[in-house]
Amino acid sequence: MITFEDVVKVYPGGSTAVDHLSLELPTGKTTVLVGPSGCGKTTSLRMINRMVRPTSGRVLIDGRDVAEQDEALLRRGIGYVIQHAGLFPHRTVLDNVATVPMLLGRTRKQARTDALGLLERVGLSAEFAKRYPAQLSGGQQQRVGVARALAADPPIMVMDEPFSAVDPVVREGLHREFLRLQKDLGKTIAMVTHDIDEAIKLGDVVAIFRQGGRLAQVGTPREVLANPADDFVAEFVGRDRGLRSLSFESAADLPVRPLSEVGDLELDDAGRPVGYGSFTRADSLRLVTDLAIISPAGIAVRVDAEGVADGIVRHHDLVDHLAARRREQP
Amino acid sequence: MNLSYLFDAAHWDPTLSGGIPQLILSHLGYVALALLIGTVIALPAGLYIGHTGRGSFLAINAGNAGRSLPTLGLLMLMVTLLGLGLTPVLIALSVLVIPPVLTSAYAGMRSLDQRVVDAARGMGMRPWQVLTRVELPMALPVLMSGFRSAALQVVATATVAAAVGLSGLGRLLIDGLAVNDYSRVLAGAIVVAVLAVGLDLLLALVQRWVVSPGLNPSPKGPS
Ligand SMILES: Nc1ncnc2c1ncn2[C@@H]1O[C@H](COP(=O)(O)OP(=O)(O)OP(=O)(O)O)[C@@H](O)[C@H]1O
Ligand SMILES: [Mg+2]
Repeated sequence: MITFEDVVKVYPGGSTAVDHLSLELPTGKTTVLVGPSGCGKTTSLRMINRMVRPTSGRVLIDGRDVAEQDEALLRRGIGYVIQHAGLFPHRTVLDNVATVPMLLGRTRKQARTDALGLLERVGLSAEFAKRYPAQLSGGQQQRVGVARALAADPPIMVMDEPFSAVDPVVREGLHREFLRLQKDLGKTIAMVTHDIDEAIKLGDVVAIFRQGGRLAQVGTPREVLANPADDFVAEFVGRDRGLRSLSFESAADLPVRPLSEVGDLELDDAGRPVGYGSFTRADSLRLVTDLAIISPAGIAVRVDAEGVADGIVRHHDLVDHLAARRREQP
Repeated sequence: MNLSYLFDAAHWDPTLSGGIPQLILSHLGYVALALLIGTVIALPAGLYIGHTGRGSFLAINAGNAGRSLPTLGLLMLMVTLLGLGLTPVLIALSVLVIPPVLTSAYAGMRSLDQRVVDAARGMGMRPWQVLTRVELPMALPVLMSGFRSAALQVVATATVAAAVGLSGLGRLLIDGLAVNDYSRVLAGAIVVAVLAVGLDLLLALVQRWVVSPGLNPSPKGPS
């Protein structure tokens, strides 16, 4: 667990970057620090690995004040992903990834072998190993940055806008890989972003900062969307937070109607719907709503794991379901 | 004016003291020593100034000051103070090396992408590791160009050694002038020029070998 205890940071210029921050980042979970530009996210993040020293207050990792630990050793134990990757231009991709294991005294050969495996984990084939950072696209550089931070298998990762320098499609892919990796690895992650959608998607816990380095609200994405603490948070999470909160609702217990209710529902030989958007029990209500809105007939088709249609949902069923849900949990 | 001195095989006898091969050797000896001494002084100073930003004034002005310093005048002054010998020559030549090396070391350190240096610290490198594994390799292209211009200058100027009775290719110029043997003077000038070009080519090769391909404007990977 990472603990901020009443932390204040005032930079020499006199501006207060972080104002009495108290926050706990649970072990094995992703905590996303999110907020508008200049609200002290990076400063807070860099206090975890001592790249920034608090003016007052303490930052603890598993109860130990980071200020009392050897700076270099502390940092080798914390994977650091830097905004715009920050790769070493004079080293190959492979040697970039091998940096921290080599600092920890592993042999070059061992570190390189491990690095190759890590590249694969972040979705880069071995052909990239011998390249230099300047020969990679922005998205590939970000992946190398993540691989480099993971290389020594640190229990903690701090990531500063790791997915910011790429286009939405690539970012989507990186998000999926991040969630898949984190499911396997279960690291304690502190991540910074100014994108609330990214925060909601990737965070187990979301910490929303406001101007002046003050914490506005901490909670699960669901809590923050459902109950914004004040106008600032409500504005920040966006007007469509109602729709967005449906991403956390499962479609599993949504009532379905028999396929026969829709006369012109076309199925292929295997029984898969043609021309209609479909969802499974594992999908979210947000997807179902989206499908029902897009469909001219106002229906979404449910399919099983094999993609075979097994029921339909009508637009008004969805509305009733949401209304019932609202009555159950005020 | 003719090339007869240069192409006379007798002057190329390697065992002959005062022959061209031995003069080249002693010339290169002065050059190497001056480069070594100058670099040992200027490199750490330039790196330090570039790293800390303290004393930038010195580093920036050293370049201009160095260019305007008359080496022959300095050499005569040193001889007056220290007497004849190798020491005054080495001092005068080393002083020539200091400005380009100091300025380029400073500029190399200043030109570093601070985000990369920050990343190096963030990975858990100690200050010495940051310097040797990240800052120096990244500053190397700028550093090498400073060293090469120092080397060129010293090769050309090391002829002054002969003016105070030492050896080196300056002997061909001074002795040639003394006896009005312009063929010998020409031979000296040509050998110095060829030596300068050759040394620069050699250093260019060294630079290609030590500078990471990743630092080239459009790196070609070994893929
Ligand atoms: N080294 C510094 N010296 C002085 N002031 C600084 C320094 N670093 C940051 N600040 C100031 O502290 C405040 C918080 O900066 P910080 O980088 O933590 O913001 P951020 O939330 O990460 O913003 P962004 O989303 O733009 O990256 C800003 O007002 C910034 O100008
Ligand atoms: Mg930031």
